[in-house]
Amino acid sequence: MKRHLLSAADLSRDDAELVLSTAAELRSLADRPIKKLPALRGRTVVNLFFEDSTRTRISFEAAAKRLSADVINFAAKGSSLSKGESLKDTALTLEAMGADAVVVRHGASGAPHRLAHSGWVRSSVVNAGDGTHEHPTQALLDAFTLWRHLGEEKRGGLEGRRVAIVGDVLHSRVARSNALLLKTLGAEVTLVGPPTLLPVGVEEWGVETSYDLDAVIPKVDAVMMLRVQRERMQGGFFPTPREYSRRYGLDGRRMATLQDHTIVMHPGPMVRGMEITADVADSDRSVIVEQVTNGVAVRMAVLYLLLGGSESESNE
Amino acid sequence: MSTSYLIKNARILGGEPTDIRIEGGKVAEIAPGLDTSSPSGSDHSTTGSTTVIDADGLIALPGLVDLHTHLREPGREDAETVETGTRAAAMGGFTAVHAMANTDPVADTAGVVEQVHRLGREAGYCDVYPVGAVTVGLQGERLAELGAMADSAARVRVFSDDGHCVSDPLLMRRALEYVKAFDGVIAQHAQDPRLTEGAQMNESELSGRLGLAGWPAVAEEAIIARDCLLTAHVGSRLHVCHVSTAGSVEIVRDAKRKGWHVTAEACPHHLLLTDELAATYNPIYKVNPPLRSAADVEALRAGLADGTIDVVATDHAPHPHEDKDCEWAAAAFGMLGLETALSIVQHTMVDTGLLDWAGVAERMSYAPARIGQVTDHGQPIEVGAPANLALYDPAATRVVDAADSASLSRNTPYAGRELPGRIEATFLRGRPTVMDGKLV
Repeated sequence: MKRHLLSAADLSRDDAELVLSTAAELRSLADRPIKKLPALRGRTVVNLFFEDSTRTRISFEAAAKRLSADVINFAAKGSSLSKGESLKDTALTLEAMGADAVVVRHGASGAPHRLAHSGWVRSSVVNAGDGTHEHPTQALLDAFTLWRHLGEEKRGGLEGRRVAIVGDVLHSRVARSNALLLKTLGAEVTLVGPPTLLPVGVEEWGVETSYDLDAVIPKVDAVMMLRVQRERMQGGFFPTPREYSRRYGLDGRRMATLQDHTIVMHPGPMVRGMEITADVADSDRSVIVEQVTNGVAVRMAVLYLLLGGSESESNE
Repeated sequence: MSTSYLIKNARILGGEPTDIRIEGGKVAEIAPGLDTSSPSGSDHSTTGSTTVIDADGLIALPGLVDLHTHLREPGREDAETVETGTRAAAMGGFTAVHAMANTDPVADTAGVVEQVHRLGREAGYCDVYPVGAVTVGLQGERLAELGAMADSAARVRVFSDDGHCVSDPLLMRRALEYVKAFDGVIAQHAQDPRLTEGAQMNESELSGRLGLAGWPAVAEEAIIARDCLLTAHVGSRLHVCHVSTAGSVEIVRDAKRKGWHVTAEACPHHLLLTDELAATYNPIYKVNPPLRSAADVEALRAGLADGTIDVVATDHAPHPHEDKDCEWAAAAFGMLGLETALSIVQHTMVDTGLLDWAGVAERMSYAPARIGQVTDHGQPIEVGAPANLALYDPAATRVVDAADSASLSRNTPYAGRELPGRIEATFLRGRPTVMDGKLV
């Protein structure tokens, strides 16, 4: 594996499968009374969050703590975009504190890339979501969830499996990372949404695209719903939330057209009644809560593999 | 210091070697074998009151004229001053620059343009022709006192809200009409503001992948097309700043074919660099208009070669380090250009066979002087002409080191790149501003 995890594209198929199989081993910890391993004892993981994201931060925090790492949470709300302390100065501060890994969430696309490649810090950088770019650990936990349900946790488990990613692809870092990673793992991805919410040039991503949710979902093994912010309406991307839900929301009627084994996923936080109805979110097909559990295991695997669990590789 | 110079064996516009005598600020004599008293082994030496310059292998070009420079003074003296900016200009072979109006305060009154003009004269490296703002405070709401700026000591003829587009079609029409009274020209920064809200880079498959908001070509092209039609309708003159897309080149080509008074400029960086560089997320490559595709680069080069694009203009845009040493979205738009422009033009246009040195003189000196109505510059190197000229070594190569820049800022996108060519000397009205590749 590379030293940083900035994009799902950084992962080869072998890398990704190593993360998933490591996560599978680590996940069994969750069922034990003592959920802690000494693997990263003495190492420091900094959660550097320029945007509020309680669920991602606590997931990383739990992952690091279960590996016995020291965890520092740094909520740097005033990013340089709002004329507070600059990203660079924040990075230099963390470097001075001796961070081994920096988990960064930032509103600007590419901010983790800058952190990793500008010579400001020597630690490993993990992208915990940057702007409308990527969220690679979310893609890994989604792949892990798919793997457990559809792939029987074996090599090539997702080969040929069909996944629909539905909604605001344009603004979704989850969609970008998932499209890249699922393709690497051999799955067939279809991005579904109104034309205004599919990025320019998406046809070159090596995935299928569709504007017609009803035509796509009966054929897939998993439906991944993306959050749609109501503010997008102000941007003119769709006329009303009601029309959006009617055309691209997953409700009970649409759920009835799914194959028996098809699962429903959502990265959270959900906007119930917008992209997904409550009866779907709470149905047996929904693996949304399990995604959260798997998130901790996958992030443990990522931190464990990036930090190598040993001192010797830290000064690379 | 001597007031006369004898330049030996210079190749005017790349022609046969000849000698040029400069006296009293003018070109006094051009012929081979003038006063051959220069001792061998010395680049230049004083013979009486005449300094002899060995220009063996050097090309003599008319002093370059930039239609699009940001000198940042008044207001952002941390990024550049008139003095440092004109020093950079001289190092690039320029003898005249047009200073854009987006200063603080904005150059929208006679007072500000006269101040900038005077600062240029006092610095003495380069003649500074202020560009006046089209609208008060660049706000795009009402016309600035264009006539007062035209009548001022700065004699403004080029008006631009550069950095902002005059997007209101009625205001643009009025501006184009109004400047006819003093034969002015509106230099439009063509960028539809609604189509580029929050835009960060060229809209393409790559912008979608990088999650950077796209800046579609149509946002530039739609404004250019509209302005060409307005210009034809009111019978005025339009200059299009920093054309960056293949579609824009096509629209300008069509307007010229119809006989409309439309001129256009391209920037060196748009002739060389492409949007692929945004994948580094390094804002040194963040510029307005954004770097475009390789196909756009090709179209710009072809447009410059066939004369559709009249001018190479630098859009020299200095920014302090902290405005680039940050996240892409937080960074300022713009890059340095004065000291590297001629090298980039050699690399992209001359070394590729698209333009000869006469063509370079036309695009970088005669045409911009004509458009800006700068009478003392942009004249062929002929007896009797003001001695504004540059001596350039096209065979030299250099690796760009940002720290070497004469600019106050360091935001060159070419740092570490090897570029061809080097300015050996620049003369402003017969007085050297650069000699032996160094500022005088």
